[in-house]
This record gives sequence, C-alpha cells and structure tokens, in this order.
Amino acid sequence: MAPPLTTAAAQRGEAAFQAARRAKRGRALLGVALFLAALLASAWMSEFHPAALVAGLPRAGDYFVKLLPELRWGALFGGWETEGSLAFWFYRLDKWALLLLETANMAALATLAGGAAALLLSFAAARNTAPNRWAYVLARRGLEAVRTVPEIVYALILVWAFGVGPLAGIIAIALHTAGALGKLFAEAIENAAMGPWDAVRAAGGTWVQACRFAVLPQVAPNVVSYLLLRFEINVRGASVIGFVGAGGIGQELYLVISQNYYEEISAIIVLIVIVVAMIDLLSDRVRRGLVGEARA
Amino acid sequence: MLELQNLTRRFGDRAAVDGVTLAIPDGAMVGIIGRSGAGKSTLLRMVNRLTEPTSGRILHDGVDVTALRGRALRDWRTRCAMIFQGFNLIGRLDVLTNVLVGRLNHRHGPLATLNSILLNFTPAERAMALDALDRLDLSEQALQRAETLSGGQQQRVAIARALLQEPRLILADEPIASLDPHNARVVMEALRDVNRREGLTVLVNLHHLDTARRYCDRIVAMAAGRVVFDGPPAALRAAEVQAIYGVPEEALEAETPSPSGALPA
Repeated sequence: MAPPLTTAAAQRGEAAFQAARRAKRGRALLGVALFLAALLASAWMSEFHPAALVAGLPRAGDYFVKLLPELRWGALFGGWETEGSLAFWFYRLDKWALLLLETANMAALATLAGGAAALLLSFAAARNTAPNRWAYVLARRGLEAVRTVPEIVYALILVWAFGVGPLAGIIAIALHTAGALGKLFAEAIENAAMGPWDAVRAAGGTWVQACRFAVLPQVAPNVVSYLLLRFEINVRGASVIGFVGAGGIGQELYLVISQNYYEEISAIIVLIVIVVAMIDLLSDRVRRGLVGEARA
Repeated sequence: MLELQNLTRRFGDRAAVDGVTLAIPDGAMVGIIGRSGAGKSTLLRMVNRLTEPTSGRILHDGVDVTALRGRALRDWRTRCAMIFQGFNLIGRLDVLTNVLVGRLNHRHGPLATLNSILLNFTPAERAMALDALDRLDLSEQALQRAETLSGGQQQRVAIARALLQEPRLILADEPIASLDPHNARVVMEALRDVNRREGLTVLVNLHHLDTARRYCDRIVAMAAGRVVFDGPPAALRAAEVQAIYGVPEEALEAETPSPSGALPA
C-alpha cells in the first residue's frame, strides 16, 4: 500500500502526477498501435507475404550453395591449374586486384571531391553561419536535391554523357557524397558555439575568416570522422556502380553474375568483403588518431 | 569622441535599450553598471554593431557608425575591440593564433585572405602577438591550446587579442563576471593600464559597484534600458544606489559578494 499523504499539497501533487502518467501511457499505447497498423499496411502494399518468403528462401539458399567453390583439401594450395585449389578459385586475382584498386581509388577521389564541395556549401547551409536567407535556402535545398538522386541514377546519365569508365562513376558518387555530407557538416556547424564567431567578427574579420577561425576548428573532428565514414560507404557504392558501366569491380561482377559463373561471383564477393573490412579497420584507426589530435 | 544619440533596441515589444544618449570623450574609462537585464550588454554590442540598433545613431568623431557597411564596418570593429564575459577564444587553436585573430583586418586583398585562411601570419605580426602575451605574463603559454588555460589566463589572451587590433576603444562586456577575485583584479588592472598608458577609451560593463568605483573615472548606471545615473564615482551615494538597484547598497553587497572586497585596496 502507498504510504498516507500528509498534506493537501502533496495529495494534489500526487493526483496530478498520476494523471500525467496515465495520459502519457495512453499516448504511448496509441502511438504503438498506429505504428503497428502502418507497418502491416505497408507490408501488405509492398507484397511482403510470409508465404512468398517461405517459398523463396530455399531458392536463395540454393543460389548460395551454387556459389560455393569446389575446394579439395588435398589440392587446396595447388597451382592455378589444379582444380579444387584456392589459386584455381581466384584464378584471375591479378585482374580483380587491379579492379579493386580502381574501385577504392574511385571511392577516394569521389569522397575528397564531394567532401570539399560539401564543406564549402555547408557554411551557407547552416542556420547560424549562413550569410543571408537566400544563400541558406539555396544551399539547403540544393544539397537536398543532389542527395535525393541515388548514385546509380547519376551513373546511368553520366555513362551516357562521358562513356563507359570510372570517370562517370567518380562524378556520380561525388555528387551524392556532396549532398549527403553537406547536410551532416551543416548540422555539425549548427551545434558549434558561437562565442568565437562573435569574437572574430568583433575583431573586424570577414565572413570567410569567421568560418575559418571560429567554426572550422570546432567542427574539424566531426568533418574528418564523417569523411572517413563516407569513404567506407563509397567503397561499397563504387563496387556496385560498375553494374551500369561506370568503372570499378562492379562491371566485372555484373558480367560474371549475368553469365552464371558461380565460382567467380563468390571469389569477387569474398575479395570485396576483405577490402571493405580492411578499409573499415584502417579508417577506424585514423579516425581515433585524428579526432584526438586535429589542430585545425 | 563617441556619441550615442537616442539609441534604442527592441526585442519584440520589449525595449532592451531605450533612448540612450551619451557622449564619451577620448581616453575615458567608463563603467556601466546595473542589474542583469538592464540593457548593458545590448548597449555595448550596438557600439560595434554585433547587435543592430532599432533606432538612434552612434557617431565616432563625427562619422555615423550606424550607417557603415562592409569594409568600413569591419574597419570600425577593428578600431573598437571587444572583450567578452565568456572570453570567446577558439579553444582548439593555440594561444598565439588566437591573439593573431586581432590582426585579421589589417591586411587586405585576396592574397591576404588566402594567407589568413592558411593561418599564415608575418614574423612582424607574430612578434607583436608575443610582445602582447609577454606584457600579460603569458609568453610561456603561447603554443598551448587556448582551452587548456584557466579562466583568468583566457581572459588575458582575449585582452592580448584586443590589443593586436590596435584599437582606439575597448568594449568590455562583463569581463570579470566569470573570474575569481584575483584574476578579476588582474584583468581590471590590465584594462586600466591600457587606458592610462595608451589613452584608449574603455567602456566596461560591470556587475559590482565597488569594482566600478575603484577603476572607473565615470559611472553610467542603467535600469530597464535607460540611463538612470551618469557622473563621477563620488556622486554615486546611497540614495542613487537605492534608485538604481531598488535596494540599499548593503543589501546589494549581501546578495552578491563582491570580487574585489576581499582584496587590499
């Protein structure tokens, strides 16, 4: 049992507290119910039928089984002409390694170019540093528009314009990156303390100088961290963008998928996973080091 | 001569500063006192136009400061350096670079902007900054990150930054409100020193009456955005204090222990 409430004020307070809690719980329950209803409706609309899932899963499993290479223990470390050896599975490792390097280069160039554009635009796209309302609206909406279009759509258009090859892929990824990073940078800028900004302006500094001196040092760790994260995402993006002819390992992956060269599909996927994991580990290291140290 | 003519600033319906008219001769050290929210900060921030006046004019040597734009406005801001309650240093940059911020508006053109963006300053500018730091007893800390300094040291860095602007006027907005008594005294003495030795005009917002009495030649008191007292410290007697703060000075002292009270005069 609840202990007796002594004063009238305490009783009123307790009653108000209980009423507020009931109201809050009621709202939460209603919210959960609405969310579940929406979830079911969207599953029904997008034809996410459990029956289809059950019927299709084994087929997906079959595909994975087909992908498995035929390795034999005895021959595992045999030469590239020995069937069942690792070397046989990865018999085109030299070509794939070059393509992977090209993929990582595409991602790096696109991240740098897109990141530079994003950083320049983000000062106009942040509420607290925008030079005027016009620039703010233009930069915000512009970044939004660029970000909304998926890379693969840019790649399709740019392959048509620049021809098959990595250039189209780099520009496509850079465009999407500029949009995505610009928003993140602008949000980091909006969280910066504005005291130093006042100080630089009060010393007669220009808008550019205030951005450089008062804001950039504050957001630099975030900017570096977002750039590295985006680089990881872009390596993945760059390995798919070749499907439409925009360079990198994707072109090769698309070829072997469409030709049903099962063992080569799995070999390429394994290589991509290894490269992405390596970049993840490396960028994590760099991020930790830089965020602690970054001077500017 | 700095003249404020009928200066007003409204935030919504509320007038933070309401028709202030003041004339401040060159080389004066003026303390502006009053309760929190009396409009002291807004008044000071209007002088360098960090806050735009709603109406009224500011004249400096006959030039209408309220009409300045672009480069002319930045030049004016350079001539009246500001010191803030929160120091407003760039914490992640070293002390020397923070002080060199005071030089940003002394070279012009695209090349100078590019150099400043790359944090390139001339040896002469660095020497100037190091001299200022030395004068404020901070030469050992020049290469430390500003955020690693104590509050008193940070405020002295802010004063060095202000001095590098080579200003004619210093606007100090509650410069000692976040400092302990010892540092408060060091900072106030540095301000009085530049006033006496270099003849800079100093406008300083202060919370404490006796700090204002001790360091300033003239006291301006504000209440509800208006000037309610303007005269030498000696003229500020019990009746005036009660009119400004609504309570006698002894009650005021009890409310907020004074930073300089514990110190030898």
